[in-house]
Formats: sequence, C-alpha cells, structure tokens
Amino acid sequence: MRIATARNVGICLVAGALVLSMGACTKKSETAASSAATATSAADLGGMDALIAAAKKEGTLNLMALPRDWAGYGELMDNFAAKYGIKVNDDNPGASSADEINAIKSLKGQDRAPDAVDVGTSFAISGAKEGLYAPYKVTGWADIPDSQKASDGTWFADYGGYMSIGCDAAKVQVCPTTIADLLEPQYKGQVALSGDPLKSNSALMAVWTSALANGGSADNIQPGIDFFGKLKAAGNFVPVKATAATVQSGETPIIIDWDYLNAGIAQTTANSGAKWTVAVSTDASIGGYYAQAISKTAPHPAAARLWQEYLYSDEGQNGLLKGFARPVRLPAMQKSGKVDPALAKVLPAASDKPVYPTDDQAAKAKDTMTQTWANTVK
Amino acid sequence: MSSSVRSARALKWLGLVPFLAYVGVFFLLPTGVIVYSAFQVGDSGSTSFGTANVASALQGAYLTGLKNSVVLSLVVAIIAAALGIVLAQAIVSGRGQLLQRAVSTSAAVLANFGGLPLAFLFVAAIGNAGVLTKLLQDHLDISLRDDLHLDLYSQAGVQFVYLYFLVPLMVLVITPALEGLRPEWREAAESLGAHGWQYWRYVAGPALLPHFLGSVALLFCTSFSSFATADALTNGTLAITPLQIESAVSGNVLVGQENLGAALALNMIVVVVPLTLLYQYMQNRTSRWLQ
Repeated sequence: MRIATARNVGICLVAGALVLSMGACTKKSETAASSAATATSAADLGGMDALIAAAKKEGTLNLMALPRDWAGYGELMDNFAAKYGIKVNDDNPGASSADEINAIKSLKGQDRAPDAVDVGTSFAISGAKEGLYAPYKVTGWADIPDSQKASDGTWFADYGGYMSIGCDAAKVQVCPTTIADLLEPQYKGQVALSGDPLKSNSALMAVWTSALANGGSADNIQPGIDFFGKLKAAGNFVPVKATAATVQSGETPIIIDWDYLNAGIAQTTANSGAKWTVAVSTDASIGGYYAQAISKTAPHPAAARLWQEYLYSDEGQNGLLKGFARPVRLPAMQKSGKVDPALAKVLPAASDKPVYPTDDQAAKAKDTMTQTWANTVK
Repeated sequence: MSSSVRSARALKWLGLVPFLAYVGVFFLLPTGVIVYSAFQVGDSGSTSFGTANVASALQGAYLTGLKNSVVLSLVVAIIAAALGIVLAQAIVSGRGQLLQRAVSTSAAVLANFGGLPLAFLFVAAIGNAGVLTKLLQDHLDISLRDDLHLDLYSQAGVQFVYLYFLVPLMVLVITPALEGLRPEWREAAESLGAHGWQYWRYVAGPALLPHFLGSVALLFCTSFSSFATADALTNGTLAITPLQIESAVSGNVLVGQENLGAALALNMIVVVVPLTLLYQYMQNRTSRWLQ
C-alpha cells in the first residue's frame, strides 16, 4: 500500500513537472469513491451511517459561490464541518450560477472541483440537460413538491422566498408596501436594486414583480421594464448596486429584493442606526427557489451526498430559516411541528399566492430584458 | 560562418523565447479561442460552425451597446487629452521641482485607481446621499442633480468618473513629449519673429501631434475596456459592450450565451486593434523628433 502511494507521488511529481495533466494527481481512494459516486440515496450505500463513514473518510467538501451572510450558509457550513469533522472549502463566495456551471466543467477531474452547487433553477435545468449532475434523492425527498425538483433527482429546490421591498424607516418617513408606491415623488433618489437585472436573478425578479403590478404577467415582463423607465425618468431609481454598505451610507434607503436577503440586510445594518423593515409587496409578488445539485464528477461524492442530507434534515432546514430563507420542506415541517417557532416568526408575511414563473417564461423574459432594458431605462 | 557565431545568434533568439511564449499564451491563444468560439453556435454539448452569434452581436441592443461604448470612450478620451495636456504643460513649464515630482507621482497612482473603490468614492462624495451633495444642499441650497445637472448614475456621470483616472493617465503619457520640446526651437522661432501662438502652430504643434493622437488612442482603449466602475454606477442601465460581455458569460440570468460573449469580445478587438496600431505608428513618428 505504502509503496503504491509512493509510486503515485512519483507519477504526480512527473506529471506536475509537465503541468499539462493536472487531473493525474487526483485519483485517490478510488474504490470507496466509486460506490458513493453512483449512489442515488443513502440506502444505496447501506444507510446513513455508511454514508457518514464514507464522507468522513473523504474528509473534505468543496462548495462554492456561497456567501456566508446568504440564507444562513455561513453557520450551516460551520455546523456541518463540526458535526462530521469534514473540512468545508467555500470557493469564490461571490460567484454566480454561471460560474458554478463553468467550474464543474473546467475543474473536472481535479481535487478542487466543486462537489455540490447551489444554483438558480434555470441553471439547475440547463445543467441537468448537459448531464453535469449526479441523481440523488435525500431522505426527505417526499416533502419536496414535485414542481420544485427533477423527477430523476438531478436537482432539487432547497430554499426560496418572495420579492419584497426593504426600507430604512430611519430615513424614509413612510415605507412603501406596494410596487405602485415606488413612483411617488417622496421616494426620489431612493429606490435601488441589488444588481444588474441582466446578471442578477433577484434584480430580474424585481423587474418582473413590477411587471405583474403594472398589467404584465408571467408571460410579459415589458410593463415592468417600462415601469423602471418611469422610475428612472422621475429620478426615483438609483442604479447603483445596492449592498449593506450603500444602505448604511444612506444611498439606497429602499431595495427591491428577495425577502430573505432584505431580512439579512436588517441584521447587518442594525448597529449603524438603520431601521430596516421588510414587506412582501402587496400588489404583486414573485416567488423563486434556488436548487441544489451534486456534480457528477465530484471529487468527494460521499461528502457531497452527506451535505445534501444535512441541508434537507430538520436541522439544516431550520438553519436556512435562521438565514431568513423559506426552506423547501417548511410546509411539511410545520405540519410535523419540527420548525423552530422563534425562527418562523421573523419571516415577513406573504399575503397573496405568489407567481412562480416557469423556465420557458423565464427564457422569454430574459430575451425581452436583453433587448429592451438598457434602451428603456436610461 | 563559424559555429561560435552561429551559437551566439541562436542564444540571442533563445532570449526571445520567454517573450514569445508569453505573447503566445496570454495574447495569441486567448484571441484564437475568442475568434473560434464566436463562430460556434448551439448548446455547449453540440456546437457547429455558424455566424449567428457574430450577426446578433451586431444587432439591436448589442449594436447600441457598441455605439455607446465608442461614443463614451471617444468623448472622455478627447476631454481627458485636452485637460491632461494643459495640466502637463503647466507642470513642465513650472519651476517647482517638488511640485513636478508630486504631480507626476500622484498621476501615476491616480491613473491606476479605478474599479469598484473609485465608484464608491464618487457615490460617497456626490451620490444622492453623498457628503458634497448634502453640503451643497444644506449650506448653499444647490442641488447637484437639478441645478448643476450632474447625475452620477447616467452616461454623463460615468464619463465624469472616468476622467478621474484618464486625466492623470494623459499627464503621464504626454509629459515626456512636452519635456522633449527643446528650448532651442522656441528661441530659434522667436529670433525669426514668431509669436507665441505661431510657435505652437508651426513648431511645437506639428512635433507633438503624432504623440498627442497616439495618446488619445491610448485613452480611448483604456476607457473602452473599463467596466467595473460603470457596472457599479449604472447597474445595467448603461448599455456598453464590456458590461454586455459580462452578462453573457458570467451571471445568474442568461444561460448558455458564452459564444455570444465571444462575438461581442470580437467586436471590441476589431475596434481596438487599429487604434493600437495607430498608437504604435504615432509613437514611432514621435520618437524621430523627440530623442
């Protein structure tokens, strides 16, 4: 065994010298990995205990694009690492869904490739089509609504939320609760988005919510674009990328964003005198989910599967709730009484049934956005 | 030819190898990849040769983006060049050694200060809740946006911010040329009865012109390829090609648009390459005068 290892090291050194074959050094614990790499449930590996043992043996979990202040991920990663003694690498926390897909492709075969990804649903669907994900069904699989998962287990929604209006009550006299309110002259120079709607999904959804409030529909985002054109012309729309820092400086006292991200801002700005309130817009709201998927070429396949089991466990789902996201098993857990009651209370109330755009509708909306956004809102 | 001469020559070429490797890996290869992917159509699974991406990169919003990029860069390059040359001349003809050194050092620093930090610096200073905005509003009752028409979050605002690093860049690149104007030329011109403006019109101007045009080309390229500042300040409401490339290749919204991004990058290459060549050519012409 030791001799074999020594030889591998030698091969790796040669390969390293040649630089080109980066993948050659990474094939370790082949036998343990291969059974985990094809397991589609914990039972396939002989139950949770066997999965935990296999994951501990791998010892590492590569994740990426998870900001620590996003949906409680920081604490979840820490708790997972402590609970199972597995080192969690969170590579490039600010990366986008597109970056995650690229990483699966470009780092394929390397030790540092991502094991599991957290992506927008359109990237979950496109990645599954390209065959990038390994099918897996977590223990709580039945609790996930059919519309929020791929039937073969290649991806499954983990948490979501509703479009909301965050507002600093310390700077704004009356906080807006509807999209229509935003056009009022009192909000001049105050309304912002958290990103460029051509790049940021949450910003796109904010525009789409505005469409719903202005006679548009899931099939028609144009009224939302026109609404932002009016906001900009009226001087209400501040096209700076809103962050907790711009909230603290007073530059963006009103932000349209997911309720869980707005709720996060409330926490990070509380010390600086901001009174951040979050309201799910009452005239229209869009709901959206992020999805988990395991990379087919994960260097740590067992750890990737254990991470999914952890995220979808009661503990993991309550952890997401603690980050103000609405975990996908929330309704089921409310029934079974497994929800931490203190946590469920902090979520802003959602009055109406929100709209969930389908992927085809999203593709159409993005097409319209690309063509007309910059020409309308200038 | 003796073998020692031959090996000496071979050794000279060997010295070039790192440079050629550098150019190959960091310039030729990426350019090749961009051109190749710009002409690929279809999903990443099954692609084929086609011109669809290149065609759509020259239509609709993308054509507008390219036009905006060119106009924005041209405007700021010309303004920065004009301001920069005046400033540089003032420094060169001034007597303060210390001032000269201080200005050229800070120009070197400021010319490299860009991106997000610069954007937020301006947001903090003249944004809607900026320090200067508030000061003017509270003490002089002047609104930056309504009275002075300075809206940071517009194309004009972005141009204003770009000047912050383009003017120092102009000072950096034009100062050597101004220093190269020999005092004897002026004395000769004056002894022949030339007035100040005649000296500039017939002697200094023509000697400087190639370098000046080259500098404008350099400023244009710098502004043309800048994007982080504009990104932070306009959030996609300003259509310029670099931002469109970013949304095509790296974002949470558009799926599978990488090849379109390559086509847009190809547009930029087509605009920049002639300007780079112009810059090189002008540099060569200038060096004839200013040695």
